[in-house]
Amino acid sequence: MPLIEVNGAVREVEAGRTVRGLLEDLDLDDRLVVVELNRRIVRRDHRADAVLQDGDRVEIVHFVGGG
Amino acid sequence: MKAAGLETATADPAPLEIGGRTFGSRLIVGTGKYRDPAQTVEALRASGAEMVTVAVRRVDLDATREESLLYHLDPTEFFLLPNTAGCYTEEDAVRYARLGREAGLSDWVKLEVIGDQETLLPDTEALLAATRTLVAEGFTVLPYTNDDLITALKLQDAGAAAVMPLASPIGSGLGLLNPLNIRLLKSRLDVPVVVDAGVGTASDACATMEQGVDGILMNTALAAADHPVLMAKAMRLAVEAGRTAWLAGRMPKREWAVPSSPSSGMLD
Repeated sequence: MPLIEVNGAVREVEAGRTVRGLLEDLDLDDRLVVVELNRRIVRRDHRADAVLQDGDRVEIVHFVGGG
Repeated sequence: MKAAGLETATADPAPLEIGGRTFGSRLIVGTGKYRDPAQTVEALRASGAEMVTVAVRRVDLDATREESLLYHLDPTEFFLLPNTAGCYTEEDAVRYARLGREAGLSDWVKLEVIGDQETLLPDTEALLAATRTLVAEGFTVLPYTNDDLITALKLQDAGAAAVMPLASPIGSGLGLLNPLNIRLLKSRLDVPVVVDAGVGTASDACATMEQGVDGILMNTALAAADHPVLMAKAMRLAVEAGRTAWLAGRMPKREWAVPSSPSSGMLD
């Protein structure tokens, strides 16, 4: 199974898992987060097509309070 | 511009306009450091602000989904302005701006490129470079900068939609330290001047607006007050008071007294 890094932590995902699938695994609301895959933004409508590969680095961000 | 013959004005004759968008309030507030999301929303409403800043951060995968600000803030009630706070390089600031655009509903960004951890003063060289990059990508860029005229003019030339000089260091609450520089910027720039950072209390906000600037952005002054919602209301009134006083045009200062009552008609 591929090993990926999500927000700095190593994680195992099923082979063939997509970015959309990863968000489901993490119980995250697809509409409230933005995903970077190897430093490139994955648009919301492309998340179901983006298959995760071994060694991928994923960043999942959202809006928090700030000035 | 100052309105002539404005004798019975009850409203600002020209609302704040930035990047082709009009705002009913000249106060822009941040959403950081409040006690909880409910207090954040209550303070935002009391401030009367239409535009509010937000930060882009990693999702804490161990926390609940309610951590996301969009879970609490209705983007149809407030216009969200993502910031690049915490970025120290042009590359990072551009990266955060792109993430903010993807998360939000607009291509606006409050651009910060910090140059020093102690003072949080801007790295103006990197700020200019990031402004150019983001303007070329179609962003509406509102850069946080210092109160230096030359940098402000360069930011305007680079395509910034507004220039946002500090009153004093971020989170310091020291108020407007150099009104001369702020007036100078306002007199020389064509784009709106929004004073960002350093305002501590209502009198600071009022005095800042009395310099003729187009607006103020603040966060800590509200969030760190004993009663943030009450301070938000005070700031709303202060910004309106300062703006109205500037439109009214203050009396000239004199070294000596001038009586306000008639000198004639006194009793023998």
